[in-house]
Amino acid sequence: MNNLKKNKIIDSSFKVFGVLFTLLGVFILIILIYNIIKVGYTRINWDFLSSLPSRKPENAGIYTAIIGTLDLMLLTIVFAIPIGVGAGLYLEEYAHKSRLSRLLEINIANLAGVPSIIYGLLGLGIFVRFFGFGGSILSGALTMSLLILPIIIVATREAIKAVPHSLKEASFALGASKWQTLSKVVLPSSFGGILTGIILSLSRAIGETAPLIVVGAMAYVPFVPHSIFDTFSVLPMQIFTWTTRPQAGFAIAAAGAIIIILIITFVMNGIAVYFRNKWQSKLQ
Amino acid sequence: MAKQITISMGKKLEKPLPMDKVVDKSLKRTHTIEVNDAKVWYDDFMAIKGIDMVIKPNTVTAFIGPSGCGKSTFLRLFNRMNDYVDGFKMEGKIKVNGRNIYKDKIHVEDLRKEIGMVFQKPNPFPKSIFENVAYGLKIQGIKDKKLIAERVEKALRQADLWEDVKDKLKKSALALSGGQQQRLCIARTLAVEPSIILMDEPTSALDPISTSKIEELIFELKEKYTIIIVTHNMQQASRISDFTAFFYLGKLIEFDKTKKIFTNPEKQQTENYITGRFG
Repeated sequence: MNNLKKNKIIDSSFKVFGVLFTLLGVFILIILIYNIIKVGYTRINWDFLSSLPSRKPENAGIYTAIIGTLDLMLLTIVFAIPIGVGAGLYLEEYAHKSRLSRLLEINIANLAGVPSIIYGLLGLGIFVRFFGFGGSILSGALTMSLLILPIIIVATREAIKAVPHSLKEASFALGASKWQTLSKVVLPSSFGGILTGIILSLSRAIGETAPLIVVGAMAYVPFVPHSIFDTFSVLPMQIFTWTTRPQAGFAIAAAGAIIIILIITFVMNGIAVYFRNKWQSKLQ
Repeated sequence: MAKQITISMGKKLEKPLPMDKVVDKSLKRTHTIEVNDAKVWYDDFMAIKGIDMVIKPNTVTAFIGPSGCGKSTFLRLFNRMNDYVDGFKMEGKIKVNGRNIYKDKIHVEDLRKEIGMVFQKPNPFPKSIFENVAYGLKIQGIKDKKLIAERVEKALRQADLWEDVKDKLKKSALALSGGQQQRLCIARTLAVEPSIILMDEPTSALDPISTSKIEELIFELKEKYTIIIVTHNMQQASRISDFTAFFYLGKLIEFDKTKKIFTNPEKQQTENYITGRFG
């Protein structure tokens, strides 16, 4: 009886702690967002979005940074998705369980945890210097692709693993080849999971600054890039530079840019959650 | 295993005839399965320890035996579904219509169009009812929409499902009941027009009413197809099959007419299993 009481107390106190810590996280996030919005909301208007950067904080806008971010993301998608999904498919469906494939698996899992600055240095060495792409969007996108590849590969594998084996068997038993089974049964069933992984990896990439600083993203780009070999800036880069400036006006501009990047990230995560739920309910 | 065939006079033939030679000549489609000393390993574990068997066309053959006796593994040899299992290795000959399906240059995909399979748990694709049945046709590259629609309807009628689903062909197959899903899986198999259908405990996940529907269906399908069914249900084996094979520890203990197996088995082990004394 005594023991039962004790267990009950432990139970309910653990619940209280759980709720408190959860609320703490949310609370801090709310304070952060509140502060940013309080400082930055005055700058959120069409001029801010469509103006080029400037020396004068009142005139400075994030147009080049937004375009740079979009260009970078688009190019990253082009590189990272086919390679990442393809590698995931290969490792999950084609690779024989050998020592080599296990080594690959462990390496990929580890790569997902490598600090992003290391990827930046790798990009600097390979894309900027060795291939001579310079501090261009191309170098940035290739570096970003390396950064998010492990995430996409792992997400793809998990999504494919989640497809019931019985569905694959059904397809094979009807005379389907491996590729037909993959393309008509496995990929459509795991599409939601793969897409979620891709969007989450992109929303990580969109906030990365360190590797791009190393690769050579510019803080001040007074023009919109015309080709993938042009120099570029991205939103987090712009924010970083503005926060280092002494003028108070730039702090306000930085807060405005933070609001924009938060909105973009939230929207992307929202889309990811939507697709995950939609495809999950379709599979059940 | 070649069996002694006794002709009506009671006189024994000198040489036992292979089973496929005594088939009624009126049957046009012959799709005999001949197994010659089949052995299967999973890595070091020997799952099938040398089995001979001849399965006649247009019959229902039931495989019975306790769990792990190798009957499912044996069944899956016929459409090479074991190929995907890691460590699978096989020896011996399996001939379907005279072709060794493990030796000759055979496309596994073609083999599986000839030998369909229905699984233990209903496993419809997360697609519409129509798309499920049309799947096997589409992967063969058939594009003619009218032909596909015809074959889908025919298969659904054969599987006794057409009346239930004709108004909701575009609906998801996953909305059907378990028994309907299993009949859809049978229809999906029939649409490809195989000659042999393998069934791996097709009713073990179904309620008694759905089970009896499937059993009736198997009885009807016998007219056109050769059916091999793995079952844990003794009554089911005795109700629907013409021949029964009893497996134990990777060996074929006894293979004979179902009536014989269930009334007067040769081997003590068979009798013990059927009467429920072990297994």
